[in-house]
Amino acid sequence: MSRLMMGAAALALMAGGASAQELQLYNWGNYTSPELLAKFEAETGIKVTVTDYDSNDTALTKIEAGAHGFDMVVPSANYVPIFVAKGLLMEVDYSAMENFSNLDPRWVDVPWDQGRRYTIPWQWGTTGVAVNTSVYDGDPNTSDIWLNPPEALKGKINVVPEMNDVMALAILYEGGQPCTTDRELLRRVRDRLMEAKQSWMSMDYGMTERLGAADVAASVNWNGSTFRARLLNPDVVYGYPKEGYPLWMDSVGILSDARNVEEAKTFINFIMAPENAAMISNFARYANGVTGSEAFMDDVMKEAPEIFPSPELAAAGVFLPTCPSEAVQFYTAIWTELQK
Amino acid sequence: MSLAPSDAEAAARAAQARRRWLLTLPALILLFCAASGPLLVVALYSFLTAGEYSGVEWTFTLDAWRQVFWTKDIFDDVWRPADAHLSIFWRSIRLSLLTTLITLLLGFPTAWFIATRPRRNRALWLFLITIPFWTNLLIRTFAIMEVIRNQGVLNTLLLWSGAITEPVQILYTDAAVLIGMAYVYLPLMVLPLYAAMERVDLRLVEAAHDLYASRWRVLRRVIVPLVRPGLVAGSILVFVPAIGAYVTPRVLGGGRNMMLGNFIELQFGQGRNWPLGAALSMTLLLMVAVALILYVRYAEGEERDG
Repeated sequence: MSRLMMGAAALALMAGGASAQELQLYNWGNYTSPELLAKFEAETGIKVTVTDYDSNDTALTKIEAGAHGFDMVVPSANYVPIFVAKGLLMEVDYSAMENFSNLDPRWVDVPWDQGRRYTIPWQWGTTGVAVNTSVYDGDPNTSDIWLNPPEALKGKINVVPEMNDVMALAILYEGGQPCTTDRELLRRVRDRLMEAKQSWMSMDYGMTERLGAADVAASVNWNGSTFRARLLNPDVVYGYPKEGYPLWMDSVGILSDARNVEEAKTFINFIMAPENAAMISNFARYANGVTGSEAFMDDVMKEAPEIFPSPELAAAGVFLPTCPSEAVQFYTAIWTELQK
Repeated sequence: MSLAPSDAEAAARAAQARRRWLLTLPALILLFCAASGPLLVVALYSFLTAGEYSGVEWTFTLDAWRQVFWTKDIFDDVWRPADAHLSIFWRSIRLSLLTTLITLLLGFPTAWFIATRPRRNRALWLFLITIPFWTNLLIRTFAIMEVIRNQGVLNTLLLWSGAITEPVQILYTDAAVLIGMAYVYLPLMVLPLYAAMERVDLRLVEAAHDLYASRWRVLRRVIVPLVRPGLVAGSILVFVPAIGAYVTPRVLGGGRNMMLGNFIELQFGQGRNWPLGAALSMTLLLMVAVALILYVRYAEGEERDG
């Protein structure tokens, strides 16, 4: 009896050893659903290990340095071309994958990855404004909230210190396009920001908690964070500035020096199935790019105005391109003056 | 055999010196790799050209150093003194000096209190001083935030007691940064002060009193000169980390106004200008080094004169 059990155990060990497949995912912190990984491992036997980063720059620097051991990375849209230009992402025929047809056509021919040869959508969202309606109940769908604030909000406004997003919102408000180097326009942007800053209370992250606790009455903020704030405090609403606002998307791609390429392909095909994409969204509270995944989302998400804007509000969204270093220099100079 | 006794002695001394060097070699190598090595990399990067997308290109230039003090106006391309940078430098220096002063005012009586307790009780008091070190800095900073925020402990207490009718806005101001830094760095002031005070011969204080010295005079002419090494060490230990502080200004200051640490981070992150970040770091390092040298010189001079 005991010999039989030992034999069975040895067999199991051997089987386990033979199929011990693994996958290293390098992703944003607090962004990967553990249930998703558990389901993936149960179905395929591939164990996924996640390592966190907190900014595109961190991810880029570490991967460029080499010897990182990662198989996949999830850069934002404006960083995908940088990764591609540096030869860090592998070109894969994703369109041949079984679940590729599930992708929303809107996300296939995107400017940063035409035809999706390097990356597949992970999650996307918007940068807009959050307003506490018990303090101000006017129209939230405008950048006036933070650039020309109503009396009721003065001194109670936060602006997330995300230079690219904030500069883009201000440039769109003044009638320009992201990455512009038009100096007349940038001068107006600078003056507008400097004046508006008098009405700001802080420039900080972590607004889910602080909007929820009513520490701030309004903030430039991301949609998913505002959605979570509303669950804490029903007075919080999310506004899509009609003057224009940034859209962003993080996309997952296989690194050109990945060791577990087949496993990575299996994973990417897996997350393009609607029920699996929904698990990503249910965890981090942002929309994904997979058609039909809404049906598998939590009920609170299905009708969330923060995740699914009305068509006219959706039209004002703009994807931020990768700005050339000349534009970044201008923006850093304005940003430094703003925070001096 | 043929060696004269003095030669043998010299050889022994040389061997001993060699052994001393060999024994300190691991420490020296570690020091070089862990301290000087990275510093050299930073110094090197400050003379390179910024890459298009972060990183550096291997072309020598003094641009980064010029950008520390001058900035090309983005509207008319004229190089002007970088007043934005100077005001960030000045804010860091001012807040660090104030932090040093506050920790000194709070730490001096605390250290004196502990040093004058019976010997067997002192360990307990010192132990209490070190308790905050058990918790991560970030968590302590967030705890301070809970205390001073508008719906926080302090404002709730003040509202309840009737002292105020509207919450006082402390969070996101320079005052909040000062409170946070003073709290975080206070033990670094208390411990060296205590070490110096513990050695003070209290009979000298008694003698001064016997000679009709006022309390103020005793403090100024007897105690302070005796504990000066502790004062110097404590001030340095507080000032140096305060001037490069990153977490506390970021969390409590609300980020509307940068301090040096945050400004340097901007260059390595969203600003994509590593050489400027490196040059700013080196500037900060040189500033601290010069301040320390002057301060130690000054303190030693006082000691000799006194």
